[in-house]
Amino acid sequence: MTPFMSTLSLIAPEIGLTLGALVLLVGGAVRGERAGNVITWASVGLLVAAAFWGLRSAGTAPAQAFGGALILDQLALFGKTAVLLAAALVLVIGAGFLKIEKIVKYEYAILTLLATLGMMVMVSANDLLTLYVGLELQSLALYVLAAFNRSSLRASEAGLKYFVLGALSSGILLYGISMVYGFAGTTRFEGIAQAAHLDASVGLVIGVVFVLSGLAFKISAVPFHMWTPDVYQGAPTPVTAFFASAPKFAAIILIARLLMGPFADMIGQWQQVVVALSALSMTVGYFGALMQTNIKRLMAYSSIANLGYAMIAVAAGSQRGLEAMLLYMGLYLITTLGVFACILAMRHTEGMAENLDDLSGMSKTRPGLAISLTVLLFSVAGLPPVAGFAGKLYIFLAAVEGGLLWLAIYGAVLSVIGAFYYLRIIKIMWFDEAAPAFIPSDLVLPLTAGAAAFMMLPGAIWLLPALERWTQAASASLF
Amino acid sequence: MEIGLAHYLAVAAIIFTIGVFGIFVNRKNVIIMMMSIELILLSVNINFVAFSAALHDLGGQVFTLFVLTVAAAEAAVGLAILVVYFRNRGNIAVEDINLMKG
Repeated sequence: MTPFMSTLSLIAPEIGLTLGALVLLVGGAVRGERAGNVITWASVGLLVAAAFWGLRSAGTAPAQAFGGALILDQLALFGKTAVLLAAALVLVIGAGFLKIEKIVKYEYAILTLLATLGMMVMVSANDLLTLYVGLELQSLALYVLAAFNRSSLRASEAGLKYFVLGALSSGILLYGISMVYGFAGTTRFEGIAQAAHLDASVGLVIGVVFVLSGLAFKISAVPFHMWTPDVYQGAPTPVTAFFASAPKFAAIILIARLLMGPFADMIGQWQQVVVALSALSMTVGYFGALMQTNIKRLMAYSSIANLGYAMIAVAAGSQRGLEAMLLYMGLYLITTLGVFACILAMRHTEGMAENLDDLSGMSKTRPGLAISLTVLLFSVAGLPPVAGFAGKLYIFLAAVEGGLLWLAIYGAVLSVIGAFYYLRIIKIMWFDEAAPAFIPSDLVLPLTAGAAAFMMLPGAIWLLPALERWTQAASASLF
Repeated sequence: MEIGLAHYLAVAAIIFTIGVFGIFVNRKNVIIMMMSIELILLSVNINFVAFSAALHDLGGQVFTLFVLTVAAAEAAVGLAILVVYFRNRGNIAVEDINLMKG
């Protein structure tokens, strides 16, 4: 095989997704609004096919494409599979919502495809240029998705806020990239690693801090989190589910790859920044959640806190840390999608039920959904014996090993405070007076929620070792 | 006096700061925010071209072309969202973008 052909075969899933998105776009333009449903299911098929097609390179040695601009190692593969499957699931659970709200448009699925494509480029970036292009492809598609419900003032306000702050963060990221380029002399990760190893000059440190700030916005780490609650609340619920799952996963992998790859020798400089981001995110995530009555805003604060925990593991800067982070984010992805399936199933005749009061007495009206949500909230809170506890435990162990004892203690104390809040929701569901029942939902929503909850239960103990084996292989690719 | 790398970097840093301040201090108009975003991206371009010339490396100039392209796409998407917002709200004053708080 010529080098060009082998490059093409490495990025075959990306090429397939691009061509598929373009063909579907033309199909949608020709067929008009009627094609919305067909295109959604075709996109789901494309995403799942790309995920399984990518899996054929499981266990192979890392390979580089386009002269080293892209890298395909086990970490990238892990990220791609998770992102693709999460995007496919979001399309499936969101279909019913779009139909009821009468916003079935074919652009929705295509924008999801393009955003996912951007995330795939992000997780396998090996050059600051690829990183930037992938990040922007993802962000531009997400800005439009946030404002997707055109007739809703809330949605367009969410889109506008997300756009202005997102563009600002891209600018900050770019400024950092330009400093790194200037002081390292290259944008290729290997070259930056060499420059950082020889001499971590002031310019390089400034660059790293700016790049980290720009990326912290994408994972909504405090103090770059201002947009998160508003965008989560204003965007259509399936879009919120997407925001909370796949982009966060891709961005945290990108941060880990950057910090533990090219900037690994500058750990003395970036570790304190990541520790500060992580401690602030956990604090604001938990204390902000205490005041919320809207369940989508609550999920926004929950994701801020969760990403704070993931950053504890990144701050450790070790292989154990990366492994714990990947495991934690894998569990976070499953839990988040399950919780959003529950939220999508909560609908009164006049609209979505988004207030916590609407949950009261759910155990009597919708016992199956109530059980699933209870298990999932236990997992978000990190209480034993649910899998979320194992995720947090791994992170604390990695942090202690990495010499961040007090950060681990702080995280553990905060998660106890946070557990109070999640337990309060469970109390509302099980012990309060029954509110009016929800109208019946698509069967796929309770099924998704139930499956996600089942995976968190100790009965599904096979899940953890399987996930662990995979995260081990993935984390080995950076060390 | 010869104009060297430091001068270019200083200009870029000043423009970058003006852009960031334009977003946070401006309380009037969203269009001005978009102009500030363009300023930020242009300051980055100055940085890239200056470094590229100083390092005798073409990579920075290639990066600049990418940044210009993405900036155009970003402006298109941003203005489209702004038009949708204006249709729903009737104005684009920054202090009125406050439907959701917390």
